Amino acid sequence: MQDISFEVKPNELFGIIGPDGAGKTTLFRILTTLLFPDQGAATVAGFDVVKDYKKIRNSVGYMPGKFSLYQDLTVEENLNFFATIFGTTIEENYDLIKDIYVQIEPFKDRRAGKLSGGMKQKLALSCALIHKPKVLFLDEPTTGVDPVSRKEFWEMLKRLQQKNITILVSTPYMDEAALCDRVALIQDGKILQIDTPKAIVKHYHKSIYNVRSANMYQLITSLKAYEHHHSVYPFGEFVHYTDKRSDFNPADLNAYLKSKNLSHIYIERTEATIEDTFMELAI
Amino acid sequence: MKRFIGFIKKEFYHIFRDRRSLFILFGMPIAQILLFGFAITNEINNVDIAILDNSKDSTTEEIINKIGASKYFSIKQVITREVDIASVFEKGHVKAVLNFEKDFSKKLIKDHKATIQIITDATDPNTANTITNYVNAILQQYQKELNKDINVAYQIIPQTRMVYNPELKSVYMFVPGVMTIILLLVSAMMTSISITREKELGTMEILLVSPLKPFQVIIGKVIPYIFLSIINAIVIVMLSIFIFNMPIQGSLLLLGLESVLFIITSLALGILISTISATQQTAMMISLMGLMLPVILLSGFIFPISSMPMPLQIISHIIPAKWFIIILKAIMLKGVGLEFIWKETLILLGMTVFFMALSVKKYKIRLE
Repeated sequence: MQDISFEVKPNELFGIIGPDGAGKTTLFRILTTLLFPDQGAATVAGFDVVKDYKKIRNSVGYMPGKFSLYQDLTVEENLNFFATIFGTTIEENYDLIKDIYVQIEPFKDRRAGKLSGGMKQKLALSCALIHKPKVLFLDEPTTGVDPVSRKEFWEMLKRLQQKNITILVSTPYMDEAALCDRVALIQDGKILQIDTPKAIVKHYHKSIYNVRSANMYQLITSLKAYEHHHSVYPFGEFVHYTDKRSDFNPADLNAYLKSKNLSHIYIERTEATIEDTFMELAI
Repeated sequence: MKRFIGFIKKEFYHIFRDRRSLFILFGMPIAQILLFGFAITNEINNVDIAILDNSKDSTTEEIINKIGASKYFSIKQVITREVDIASVFEKGHVKAVLNFEKDFSKKLIKDHKATIQIITDATDPNTANTITNYVNAILQQYQKELNKDINVAYQIIPQTRMVYNPELKSVYMFVPGVMTIILLLVSAMMTSISITREKELGTMEILLVSPLKPFQVIIGKVIPYIFLSIINAIVIVMLSIFIFNMPIQGSLLLLGLESVLFIITSLALGILISTISATQQTAMMISLMGLMLPVILLSGFIFPISSMPMPLQIISHIIPAKWFIIILKAIMLKGVGLEFIWKETLILLGMTVFFMALSVKKYKIRLE
C-alpha cells in the first residue's frame, strides 16, 4: 500500500473496488489488526490499529475472503461458537441477524461444509454480525457467489446499514460499486479516486460509445488500429469506445469500420460506468 | 471463562467428528500395544517337539512330564530310533527333538551326571535359541528339586549354556516405549495439526480478530488433548496389566504424575511445531520425522543407547522421550520411587519449560 488516506463516515457503506492483487485484503488485514503497517497510522472506531489492537478486536466484525467457518460444525454450532467467543448469545442479537439467519435456519443442523456458496456466505455474515460490531469488514464477500445471492447480499448490507453499523466492503466487481455510498478505486496499492459512485461516473469527461458488429474480434482489432482511438474495451455484448477528438462524429467511425469490411455495425452513445472510470484511471 | 468453555466444546466437536483423528487417538494405542505384545515377541508358546527316550526310566519320564506339562511345549511325537530324528524335522512337524541318553537314571545316580541332547530346527534361529533356553530352564528347575532332598548333588548337564531369565517377557520392555510414542504422537501431532488446520482454513484470522486472547486459544486447543492423552495412558496401563499380566511395581500415582508431565512436554512441542508450520501436512511431517523417528531410534525404546556410537548417544540426551522411557521403566519394572528418578524428572521439567517459553515467544498474535 502506498500513500493512501481515507475516512469512512459512521453508518456508511464504503466500497473498496479494485482488481485482484490491488491490496484490498492487505488493507483489511491492517485495519483489523492482523498485520502491522510498515508506516503510517490508522484508527478504527477511534482506536489505533497498532496500540489499541485489543479494543479494535472487540468492536469489529471481520469476514475474510476465504470461507472461514468450521466445516465440521453445523450452522447453529458455528453461530453459537462465534457468539460465545465474543461473549454474547444468539438470542441477544437475534434481531440483527434475523433477516439473514431465517434464510439458513431450515438448514441449521447441516454441517457448514455441506452448504451451498450463497448459504455459506450468509452464515459467515451472520457469524461476523453476531456480536453487534461497530464496524464490519467484508473482504470480497461476493466472490464465487451466484448473481441472485449477490443481489440478495447487497440488499442485506443495505438493511444492516440502517442498524448503525459502518460497513467496509471490498469487491473486484465494478457493478457492485454503484450500490455503495462511497467507493475507493484501488490499484497496485494506491487509491485512484474516492467519491460517491455517481460523482465518480460524472467525473468521466469523455463520451463513451457502444459499438457492435458481426465480428467482434475483428472489430476490436480494427478499433485499436484506428488512429483517433483513445480507449477500446470489450464490455458485455458491446465494445466501449472513446475517441481522442472532442468533435468526434460517430459517422466517421462507421465509415472507417465499413472500410475494414465489418458488417452490421452499430454505434450508440452510452453512459459511463464505474468500470470505464476505473479503466481510465488505471492506465 | 464462558468463552473459553465454548472454545473447548468446539475442539471436542472437531475431534469427535473427524474419524481419522478419532482412529489415531483411540485405535492406535490399542493396536500398538497388542501388536508389540503379541506379534513382536521373543516368547514361545506350545512349540511342538518330539522325544527320543533311550533309557525309559523314572527320571526321564519325570522330565518328559515336566516338559510336556509346561505351556511352552507340547509333545507331538515320541520316536524310538535315532535315524527318525532327521525325518521328523524334514516333515516339519516339530521344532525340536529331545534325545535322552541310554541309562539316564543310572548314570545320574552313579556318575551324578547325565546328558540330554537338545536338537533344534535352526531355520528360525531366534526360536531355536529360545527353545534351548526354555528347556534348560525346566531342566535346572528339576535339578534343583532333586538336590533339595538328596545331599549328593546330581547333575543333568545340558549341552548349551546360556543364562536364562525366566522373568524376561518382551512385552514388559515394549510397554514403556509404546506408551511414550503414543503420548507423544497424540499430544504433539494432534495439537500441531489442529492449530495449523485453523490457519489453513482461515478461521485463525477470525479467532485473532476476536476478544479471545491468543493464550486462551492455545490452552483451549491443548486441554482436550491433555484429557484424551490421560485416557490413553490409562488404557495402555490397563491393557498391560489385564491382558499381559504386567505387574506395575511402583506407585501408580507417581506413574500418573510423570505421564502428565510428559504429556505437557509433548503438547509444548506440538505448539512449537504449529508455530513454524503453515499447513497441516507440514505439521504432520515435522511431527513424524522430527519426533517419531528419533523416539523410535534414539530413545532406547528398541535399540539400547549404550551400544550406540558416541555422537548418537549425545544426541539422545536432548530427546525428551529418552528420559521418559527411563522414568517409566524405573517405575513400572523396578518399582522405584521419586528419589531414584528425580534427576530425569527435573530434566523433563526443564525441557517442558523451555519448549513452552519458546512457543509462547514464537506464537503470533498477527498474521505473517
